[in-house]
Amino acid sequence: MNHWIASNLWLIPATPIVVSLLILNLPKSARSPAAGFAILGQIGALALSILAFFATSQMAGLQTVRNFTWLTFGNNALRLGWLLDPLASAMLVMITVVGLCIFIFSTGYMAEDRNFKRFFAYLSFFSGAMLGVVLANSLLLLFVFWELVGLASYLLIGFWIERPTAAAAAKKAFITTRIGDMGFFLGLLWLYHRSGTLLFYDSGSGCLENAALNSLGVAATFIALLIFCGAVGKSGQFPLHVWLPDAMEGPTPVSALIHAATMVAAGVFLVARVYPIFSVGAINGVTPSLEVVVWIGVVTGLMAALIAVAQSDIKRILAYSTVSQLGLMMVSLGVGGVAAGIMHLLAHGFFKALLFLGAGSVIHGLHHEQDIRKMGGLRRLMPITFVTYAIGMMALSGVPLLFSGAWTKEEVLHATSIWPRSHLPHYLMMAGVILTALYMTRQVIYIFFGNRGPASEGAHESPPVMTWPLVALAFGTITLSVVLTPAWPWLHDFLIGKQARFDFAHLIEPAVFTSLMLVLIGIGLGIVLYRGVAAENRLRPIEVDPFQAAQPALFRFLQNKMWIDEFYRGSVLRWSKALSRVSDWLDRNCWDGIVRGFGWLGQLFGIFTTGVDERGINAGVDETTSGARGLGRLFANAHSGQIQTYLGVIAIGMLALLLLYAWLA
Amino acid sequence: MLSIFLLISAAFFSIGLLAALSRRHAIFILIGIEMMLAAASLNFVAFWRFGPSPHQPTGVMIAIFAIAIAAAEAAVGLALVIAVYRHYRTTSVDQLDQLKG
Repeated sequence: MNHWIASNLWLIPATPIVVSLLILNLPKSARSPAAGFAILGQIGALALSILAFFATSQMAGLQTVRNFTWLTFGNNALRLGWLLDPLASAMLVMITVVGLCIFIFSTGYMAEDRNFKRFFAYLSFFSGAMLGVVLANSLLLLFVFWELVGLASYLLIGFWIERPTAAAAAKKAFITTRIGDMGFFLGLLWLYHRSGTLLFYDSGSGCLENAALNSLGVAATFIALLIFCGAVGKSGQFPLHVWLPDAMEGPTPVSALIHAATMVAAGVFLVARVYPIFSVGAINGVTPSLEVVVWIGVVTGLMAALIAVAQSDIKRILAYSTVSQLGLMMVSLGVGGVAAGIMHLLAHGFFKALLFLGAGSVIHGLHHEQDIRKMGGLRRLMPITFVTYAIGMMALSGVPLLFSGAWTKEEVLHATSIWPRSHLPHYLMMAGVILTALYMTRQVIYIFFGNRGPASEGAHESPPVMTWPLVALAFGTITLSVVLTPAWPWLHDFLIGKQARFDFAHLIEPAVFTSLMLVLIGIGLGIVLYRGVAAENRLRPIEVDPFQAAQPALFRFLQNKMWIDEFYRGSVLRWSKALSRVSDWLDRNCWDGIVRGFGWLGQLFGIFTTGVDERGINAGVDETTSGARGLGRLFANAHSGQIQTYLGVIAIGMLALLLLYAWLA
Repeated sequence: MLSIFLLISAAFFSIGLLAALSRRHAIFILIGIEMMLAAASLNFVAFWRFGPSPHQPTGVMIAIFAIAIAAAEAAVGLALVIAVYRHYRTTSVDQLDQLKG
């Protein structure tokens, strides 16, 4: 049974994709069948994923590959394949569990939407594409699913097409990630050029195996960096992170899916998957490409955490938090803590989905109000949402023991601390942890504590179909922490293919206390700073943030997202506009002139041939026809219709014959 | 004797031809044609009577056939004249020039 799934891996991504096609063909009014099919498809994928997970967990370090030939041209065959290893199977379970919760939540959240059916078709498609990314055993197949993920995100971010902002955000997401994908594609081509195969593992001859890796040489650095470009775009790393906060224009379940299970996870997963290329020629675990990964991650992590402190949109704060956490994961991958980074990705998938769905529940309860300054006192109005949100917040902040984020963050910090190159990432990431705790505390105080805000009037707890997924995800967040503790690092050892051993001593390592201290500092700072907000009379929206009162200039800088969007608008967008204007001018005046010149030549030739035709050929034909006409008229005159004339002619003819006869005789 | 018959016949034929060519009325033209036919029949009979074998009545036979056919032809001709008259309200061949080129 377990091995059956290893040879039928394609079923896992195929199930949601087939379901999505099926839903697309349903009539628009078939709302509950659409949701039902989508959820059934997700349950099917989940069941298959669990089978796959058990297949890998039974055998430590199992790696099952199933390759097949896609195209044959000449002597070359283009081969694709599916790959199941611990990394893939852990991702599979995370994606399908989180996806299922989001699907169920969506049935409540989107209940009043006109395009309910289309929404579920896209969601299913999104999930299926992501499962394909995880299972691909070929960089090309991965790229195909990667682009399908991009397409699905475009469709879902712009789901409310009637809103111009949503359409713009979808376009921005698509184009920004496309810039990264350009690099990814170049890297893919270069890799194919050097190694002759795009299969990851192919019993010794795949591109991630020693023979091919050794042949890459110096090119490995560039290939790795080009592939990293794709990950930068998809996972919202520093220069290309701008699309992720704007993607909040999509429905909240979509944000949850993008930020937790799919899309952004793809970038981190990609780096983890092709990690051997990054670490070609590593000295002490450091290569130039990995160093780039680390510094990009550090910049992203810190910058996004800072921006998150000054945002006031409930979803935007979470979006910047995702960017920041992704930076953290990249740092972890870069310094060599692959398992730690992936663990953080998995744990993050759960609690970020929980937070986003919680935010969705709040937004739903407040009739689509997203400004945290207008909220407040929701603790009593929405108790289930509050409790689950608090669990998510503590997991994200990294409160130890019961909350999964703590252990994975501690692992990441540990990995950065032993990086031989520099200790700066370690300290900067510690600052990031403090900031994370700070902005999450701020958010929770604003939303749930204190007096009721102007938008809280008439707020109500969400229906069970929305609260149950929250409870399930909260439960998952806590359960996950059990397999993540340093005392019994089951997931960590599962990922690197070892058998976990129980060792209580790891629980009292100094690193654990360090991270605990950091979190406490962050939360304490948050409580001190924002205590006043909770006490305030909130009937009018809060206008001046306590942090803003203390540091107005810095706050403005952060509130405007460090003016990165403005910088892009002023630089890249302006340049590309100027370039398009220049090429427009060239088009009109230079190329058009040439084309027009040719047209003019053609016209001239036409005039010439017309002259020849009219003066020469036509004249001859006219002469001939008029001659024929004249002759015809002459003969027609003889044919008068006067029967007596004919008779007379006959008589004269006969007489002439007689005379001729007489003369000859 | 033969030459007298031939002269009469030639005169008949010429008169008929003249009538056919000069009269405008279709019926007179028909009469002219009948006269030319009669002249031809006279020739047949004359050549038989003064020919080498006057005992066998070949010339008369041909003349009788010619008369019979002429009768049929006259009938068709008159019918045509009547039909034309009904159609065009005229029997003047000057005006019947529909077949001109």
